[in-house]
Amino acid sequence: MWKSAETLLASALLAGALAVSGMAVADPQPGKPAAKAEKDKTDKARQAVNVAAPAATAPAAAKAIALGRPALQEEIAAWNIDVRADGEGLPPGKGSVKEGEELFLQNCAQCHGEFGEGAGRWPVLAGGRGTLKSERPEKTIGSFWPYASTVYDYVHRAMPFGSNLSLTPDQTYAIVAYLLNLNDLVAEDFVLSKDNFPKVDLPNEANFYDDDRETSEKAFWKKNPCMKDCSGEVHVTARAQILNVTPDGDPPKGNLE
Amino acid sequence: MSDTSLPPTERASGAKPSLSKSSLSRRRFLNLAGIGAGAAVAGGGAALAAPAAGTPDPNIVPVPDWTKTLGAPVNENPYGKPSVFEKDVVRREVTWLTASSQSSVSFTPLYALDSVITPNGLCFVRHHGGQAEIEPDKYRLMIHGLVDKPLVFTLEDLKRMPGRVNRAYFLECAANSGMEWRGAQLNGCQFTHGMIHNLFYTGVPLKTLLDMAGVNPKGKWVLAEGADAAVMTRSIPLEKAMNDCLVAFGMNGEALRPEQGYPVRLVVPGWEGNMWVKWLRRLKVGDQPWQQREETSKYTDLLADGRSRRFTFVMDAKSVVTSPSPQAPLKHKGPNVLSGIAWSGRGTISRVDVSLDGGRNWTTARIDGPALPMSMTRFYLDFDWAGQELMVQSRAMDDTGYVQPTKQELRAIRGTNSIYHNNGIQTWLVRSNGETENVEVG
Ligand code: HEC
Repeated sequence: MWKSAETLLASALLAGALAVSGMAVADPQPGKPAAKAEKDKTDKARQAVNVAAPAATAPAAAKAIALGRPALQEEIAAWNIDVRADGEGLPPGKGSVKEGEELFLQNCAQCHGEFGEGAGRWPVLAGGRGTLKSERPEKTIGSFWPYASTVYDYVHRAMPFGSNLSLTPDQTYAIVAYLLNLNDLVAEDFVLSKDNFPKVDLPNEANFYDDDRETSEKAFWKKNPCMKDCSGEVHVTARAQILNVTPDGDPPKGNLE
Repeated sequence: MSDTSLPPTERASGAKPSLSKSSLSRRRFLNLAGIGAGAAVAGGGAALAAPAAGTPDPNIVPVPDWTKTLGAPVNENPYGKPSVFEKDVVRREVTWLTASSQSSVSFTPLYALDSVITPNGLCFVRHHGGQAEIEPDKYRLMIHGLVDKPLVFTLEDLKRMPGRVNRAYFLECAANSGMEWRGAQLNGCQFTHGMIHNLFYTGVPLKTLLDMAGVNPKGKWVLAEGADAAVMTRSIPLEKAMNDCLVAFGMNGEALRPEQGYPVRLVVPGWEGNMWVKWLRRLKVGDQPWQQREETSKYTDLLADGRSRRFTFVMDAKSVVTSPSPQAPLKHKGPNVLSGIAWSGRGTISRVDVSLDGGRNWTTARIDGPALPMSMTRFYLDFDWAGQELMVQSRAMDDTGYVQPTKQELRAIRGTNSIYHNNGIQTWLVRSNGETENVEVG
């Protein structure tokens, strides 16, 4: 027992030392898949440093594990509420802008404003077109969101805040239709349904692209960052105390009761 | 700066702080931080309350009462609490940030913590629909979608699962430091950097569960969903899910705290905290991402040209000096220990440099404690302070060769509207009286 404890400790210390002195880094090639696989292996080995016998890390994979049970179709149906950008997951149903306006005024306007302009500090849902490059971008369904499916999914899933999962499919279609109308994306007589849904495009969709930091920010992978006389005279250019917005630990106040 | 320089908040773009009405006076804040505004810095090695030379210390003569009377019984607190003298070391909210405290955040008091593991009760909390309370016997996890066998697990199933592991990982909210994009704003590392914690998780590899269900070769993404009133969802690439994600039921040796997703949360090492779905109820395998609200409207990075990066999952290498900092000012001239934390979502912290002159000259800090991949690493710089003004910075490097950028370098590429993923170098200005402030330098 003692011996193995000591060995464990020694290997932990060794790994610590390795990690700290791991400065001799290979050429930074963050994007390369082979390099990534190798890196994943190293990271795993380091995290698993205290695993005494490596064989023990692989669970009895070959043998089926007799845990869990098959999910029933009714169970899946009860929780399977996600809606995808291509419309997969949309339930049958429809709703008009007119019906949506009524529902929105009853269930949503007290927080989001009658026209989605946002009451007080609650989120703004409409407007903001053309503001994304400005000092104060206003990110709304019309100005920012890439997919209308997300509006359906989220409103049904999480709204109204405080009584989520309460809207029927028809009600949700109607509210989404109204939100699209508030954002000047559909006409007042529009009726949204499962069938015409995938045809509803949002204007900002093309302006999203996948994470490219490993190429667009390649300059941040530096071999030898400067250590001495790296800049001229340094001055303070901005101070937090002038803003004076830091809280002081007063007990939190909720807005919802 | 006027209030128009405040960035939009993470969530409510209509949120505006009422600056003029802020209840905080600078004096009150400094009191909170442990010193009065005018507190004198003690010189040399002298302790603040030391008596005149030659006079016996009243804390030694006479012998203190606590040494002469019986103390509290062993089980005074069946679940132990910190010393009453540490009562200010708590999570704090920035109430003007959000419209509702059910969809809000409270911050880790990093300035008062040391080592690498965050105490369970001090881990920052971010909810989108309040804290769900789930009875462990009624907990269910469903796996379905593009799998051979849709499955349901109970908590007991997960705890009987072969191959249980313990892993230390940091969890950082993508919006950590998000209020600082346009300039120094919040005065304390609790608020500028406190949306992070670092814990030992106990759980089973997500791969084990997915393998049991049998992922269809067409499966490329996994939707993770919570059982809270936000029914929080994120799409996670299958490759990541199979590589190192965990389905965790333990934190630092005990059950998950309710605010961290009791009884089960997802662990997504090195990736933004929002993906670590709490109160995990469902995993669905699919062939494309779901474009959920938290990966379109939120957690996408708006750049200066009006376009946005999406799926920016990994957290870039970052560090911050936690002491000195605005809530932990310097109190003594002479020997001092500068302390801070560094972390990287891409791997292991290989080195941290510290500057005391605003980035002109750097000294490599001493790392102590475990330096594990995608886990918080503690660094120190032991230094003598003569009472001169300092501009304290730290710069982290990881084992992919990434070097934490300055805020200027970051803004040159991303602009100031992205809210998320601000990993720029932080500057604290230490004045000659020890008072410390969040500033920017140039
Ligand atoms: C009690 C106040 C309240 C009510 C009522 C309410 N919401 Fe919300 N809504 C919120 C809050 C708070 C959020 C942000 C939640 C978060 O980020 O965690 C939100 C977010 C949203 C968003 C996403 C905004 C964005 O930019 O990402 C949409 C869309 C939305 N609500 C629609 C609705 C609709 C439709 C209704 C009525 C069926 C409704 N809300 C009722 C408070 C409310």
